[in-house]
Amino acid sequence: MSPAFLYALVGVGLFTLGLYALIVHAHLLRKILAINVMASGVFLVLVALAARTQGAAPDPVPHAMVITGIVVAVSATALALALMLRVRAETGRAELAEEPLE
Amino acid sequence: MSDIHWPVIVILLPLAGGVACFLWPRRSVLLGLLTALGVVACVAGLGWQVVEQGAQRYAVGGWGAPLGIDLYADGLSLLMLTVTAVVGLGISVYSSGYFERARYGQDRARHFWPVWMFLWTALNALFLSADIFNLYVTLELLGLAAVVLVALAGGADAVSGAMRYLLVSLLGSLFYLLGVALLYHSFGSVDIAILAERVEPSPAVWAAMGLMIAGLLLKTALFPLHFWLPSAHASAPAPVSALLSALVVKASFYILLRLWLEIFPFANAALAQLLGLLGAAAVFWGGFQALRQTRLKMLIAYSTVAQLGYLFLAFPLASITGWTGALYMLLSHAAAKTAMFMAAGNTLYFGGHDRIADLDRAVQRMPLTMTAFALAGISIMGLPPSGGFIAKWLLLEAAIRSGQWWWGGVLILGGLLSAAWVFKVVGYAFTRSEAPHEARAVPATMEWTALLMAVLAILLGLFAPWLLALLEIGSPFNRENAG
Repeated sequence: MSPAFLYALVGVGLFTLGLYALIVHAHLLRKILAINVMASGVFLVLVALAARTQGAAPDPVPHAMVITGIVVAVSATALALALMLRVRAETGRAELAEEPLE
Repeated sequence: MSDIHWPVIVILLPLAGGVACFLWPRRSVLLGLLTALGVVACVAGLGWQVVEQGAQRYAVGGWGAPLGIDLYADGLSLLMLTVTAVVGLGISVYSSGYFERARYGQDRARHFWPVWMFLWTALNALFLSADIFNLYVTLELLGLAAVVLVALAGGADAVSGAMRYLLVSLLGSLFYLLGVALLYHSFGSVDIAILAERVEPSPAVWAAMGLMIAGLLLKTALFPLHFWLPSAHASAPAPVSALLSALVVKASFYILLRLWLEIFPFANAALAQLLGLLGAAAVFWGGFQALRQTRLKMLIAYSTVAQLGYLFLAFPLASITGWTGALYMLLSHAAAKTAMFMAAGNTLYFGGHDRIADLDRAVQRMPLTMTAFALAGISIMGLPPSGGFIAKWLLLEAAIRSGQWWWGGVLILGGLLSAAWVFKVVGYAFTRSEAPHEARAVPATMEWTALLMAVLAILLGLFAPWLLALLEIGSPFNRENAG
C-alpha cells in the first residue's frame, strides 16, 4: 500500500466521520464543523490521489481544485455561521426544530 | 455578430448587473430590470449562434481543456438558458412590485437584487459548464445565493428553512465533489467530453457514480430526500419561492442528466428502475401531501416534490421520447410553478395570509390572479393544450413503446391528485370565508406577470415542435446509449 493511498483512505475516513457527526449532532455549530471535516476529507483524497506514481512529481491540477474548494468552503462556512446566529436570535436555540414547520 | 463570444457575455452580464445593484442600491430595481432584459437579449444572441452554427465551445482565457475551463453550449444548454431567461425576466418584473420599499423594508429590497443577479450568474454558468469540477463550483455558488434569498424573508421559519437548506446543499455538493475526485483520479480529466471517451466501468467509477448521483438527488429533492424542500420553498418570499421551484432544483437535475447520458451510459437498468420508482413515489407522496396542506404556499411546494418525480420517470424508459418528455415537463413546470407562486404571493399580499380555507371570494376580488392560478393548474394537471400535457403525452408514448405501461398509470394518477388540489383551492377561492379580512390592492405588474407566466405554460403546448427541434443540436440524446 503506497502512502498516497493511505492518505486517501484517511480522507474517506474523515468524510465518513463528518457525515456521522452531521447526522447525530443537533447543535448547529457541530453540524457546521462536521461539514468542514467532510470537506477536509474530500480535499485530502484529492491531494493524495494527485501522486499517481511513486517518486514522480504529483499532478498539480487537483491541488488547484483543492484551493478552489477551500475558497468555496470558507465562504459557505461564513454564511452558515451568520445564519446560525440568526437562527439563535429568532428561536432562542442554535438548533433546528425536529419537525419541519407547518 | 457571429464572432461575438455570447457564452462569456451571458455569464458576465448578470454578474456585472449584480455588482451594480450592490453598489447603487437606490437604483437597484432599475438596474436589475435592465440587466434582466439584457440577459434575455444575450441568450437570444447565443441561441441564434447555436442554431446557425451548431454547438459552441469556448475556451476561457484561451487555455482550453484539459487544463483550462471550457464553456460549452448545445441545444440542451440553450434550452435551459432560455427557460432561465424567460422565467428570470418574469420574476424580475414581479419583484419590482413585490419588494416595494414601503412594505418590505429598505433592507430586503436592497439585498434581493444583487443576490438574485448572482444566482442568475451561477445558473447561466452552470448550464454552460463543460467540466464536472466547474459544475461543482457553480452548484455551490447557486446553493449559497439560493440560501441567502430564502433567509431574506426573515422570521424563525425562513431562517430555519434556510439553515436546513444550506446544510443539505453543502452535503450534496460534498458527495458530488468526492465523486469528481475519484473520476479525476481514474481518468485524468474533468472535461465531460474527454471523460465520455475514456470512462469504462470499474469499482472506482461505480463509487463515483453512486456518490455523484446521491449528492445530486439530494439537491434535486427526489423522494425520500425531499424533506428540506417544502419548508425552504414555502417560507421564502414569493418571487424567491418561484425561482427556487422553477429553476434552482432543475439545475441539479440538469447535471444529473448530463452525467447519466454522457459519462455513465453503462449505468445498469436496475438503477434506472430505482430512480423511476422513487420518481413514482414522489408523484404520489407529493400529491397526497399537497392535498393535505392548509397553507397555499406549502401546498405549491409539495406539488413541486410531485412534479420533480415525473422528471425521473424518464430514466427507466431510456428513450429519446422519454428524455424529451422529461425536459418538456421541466419547461412547463418552470412556467406553471412560477405563475402559481406568483399567484400565491399576490393572495398573501392581498389578504396578508395564505390560508386556503380563508381565500374569501378571491375570484371576484383578484380575477387576474385566480385566472393565473387556474391556468397554471391546467398545465400542472396535464390537460391539453398545455405544456404539461405534451410532456405527459411524450412520457406516456415512451412508456407504451418500451412495453412498461405501468409508468403511464403513474402519470394518470398523479394528474388526478393534482386536479384534486387545484380544484380544492379554486373552490375556496369562490366561497365567502367566515372571517373577512382587510384587503390591500395588489400592484398591476404582479397580477399581470403571474397571468403572463400562466399563459406561457399553456402556450408551451403549441411551441412543442420548435422547442424539440432545438434539443437536436449537438444533442447527447442521439448516441446509441440513449436510443
